[in-house]
Amino acid sequence: MTLTDPGRDPDFLELRDGYGPDVRRCMQCGTCTASCPASSAMDLTPRRMWRLVQLGFVDEVLQSKTMWLCSLCYLCQVRCPRGIRLTDLITRLKEMALARGLVSSPQSAGFYEAFAAVMRQYGRMREVEFMARYLLTSNRLRAVGYAPLGLSLLRHGKIRLEVPSFKEQGRLDRLFRRVAEVEAEG
Amino acid sequence: MRYLFYPGCSAEGSALEYKTSTVAIFSALGVELQELQDWTCCGASVAAVKSGLLGLALPARSLALAEAAAPGEDLLVICSACYTNFRRTSAEAKDPAVLRQINRALEVEGLVYRNTVRARHVLDVLANDVGASVIGARVRRPLAGLTVAPYYGCQTVRPHSPFDDPQAPVSMVAIIEALGAAAHRHSHEALCCGTSLSITKPELGLKLVAAVLDAAGVAGCAATVCPMCHTNLDSYQRQVGQMLGHRVRLPIMHLTQLIGLAFGLSPRQLLLERHLVPVKPVLDRLETPIPHEG
Repeated sequence: MTLTDPGRDPDFLELRDGYGPDVRRCMQCGTCTASCPASSAMDLTPRRMWRLVQLGFVDEVLQSKTMWLCSLCYLCQVRCPRGIRLTDLITRLKEMALARGLVSSPQSAGFYEAFAAVMRQYGRMREVEFMARYLLTSNRLRAVGYAPLGLSLLRHGKIRLEVPSFKEQGRLDRLFRRVAEVEAEG
Repeated sequence: MRYLFYPGCSAEGSALEYKTSTVAIFSALGVELQELQDWTCCGASVAAVKSGLLGLALPARSLALAEAAAPGEDLLVICSACYTNFRRTSAEAKDPAVLRQINRALEVEGLVYRNTVRARHVLDVLANDVGASVIGARVRRPLAGLTVAPYYGCQTVRPHSPFDDPQAPVSMVAIIEALGAAAHRHSHEALCCGTSLSITKPELGLKLVAAVLDAAGVAGCAATVCPMCHTNLDSYQRQVGQMLGHRVRLPIMHLTQLIGLAFGLSPRQLLLERHLVPVKPVLDRLETPIPHEG
């Protein structure tokens, strides 16, 4: 395990004490783990993960599967007796892991990439194109397994096939670019 | 009563029947809905992971459009994930520094977000603006004989929702009873459907879906108020059955479809044929059965 000096990692410092009540207020009661519908599948339970955040074990946290199993149900956050914004912080952890290339789950990374690409191109989600991009980039083997469900959804009219657009200018390109500029300027 | 209406991406695709039934029942209630022009994706659970500011700028884009289109009007939202993103954006933008960053980004769209518009969940509007008694008074075909398991899911009631208890919500009960049906209260009404885990981590996602279906199972159907919850509960029952080793077949209805049925709208108007789990058993269970063409 490697201990990160919080003073040398401003993103981590901001995560720990700049986003609602400081994570160091966590008293390790375990209500988050007990409330989490996914904790049994995690390598670090939520309580353990927040302890590692408190102590500064940034890489261990960012490389764990824990955040990628969070479905954003917000149960831990509304129950946290210290009022820490646990679920919102999970989103910040995902952002850090993705930005640092430390994502332990290729399926999850592929999901975010495919979704963002479709959103940027059309301004709205296109479910079939999203699933195709997602399965082809990160989950090829599983594509076959999805065929029966896909056919059944098509038959019920739940999904429709649309011709992908290869226009160079995406509908939200401008906004995506501007957001990146503003973030870079600070 | 009048609302601006943000359907969200799912309601244009896999959950078209949710949008259709929402428009139909509000029309029957005499409540005017005006769809927001040029709306874009709320960012789902994805934009905020790509960047904190993107996760605020995307919802703010549609909120700013709403403020310009109809100042003072509430924005009706039918997807709980969109709803959470709009409420989260509004909460974060109370900090003037955050609002300033959002508006620096929105400049390129020629928009200004002032944080004046309120996003309202369709369940909130039905339960609190319209009210169960007005809904009950419009019923032409009571759903007597049907037991409905309410399913709120997560983001309908937490963390930014002001209209019901974040862990033990009750808003649907009075509405279900006003339709003439009985409510089956259960342990998983506000627990998670797994959202995108059904795609990224199917083994875990199916377990979460199975737990909800099991808790709701003795009812004639479950009622949802979010397209994601509906898709997860309706689409994976075959796989859940394989996992559990027994057949699982629980019709999942959008609450708006149940209201439409009780208002006397036809199954076709409510696009009931689009569900993967057939809803025929629901129609057959009624004391005055409804002929089903689909």
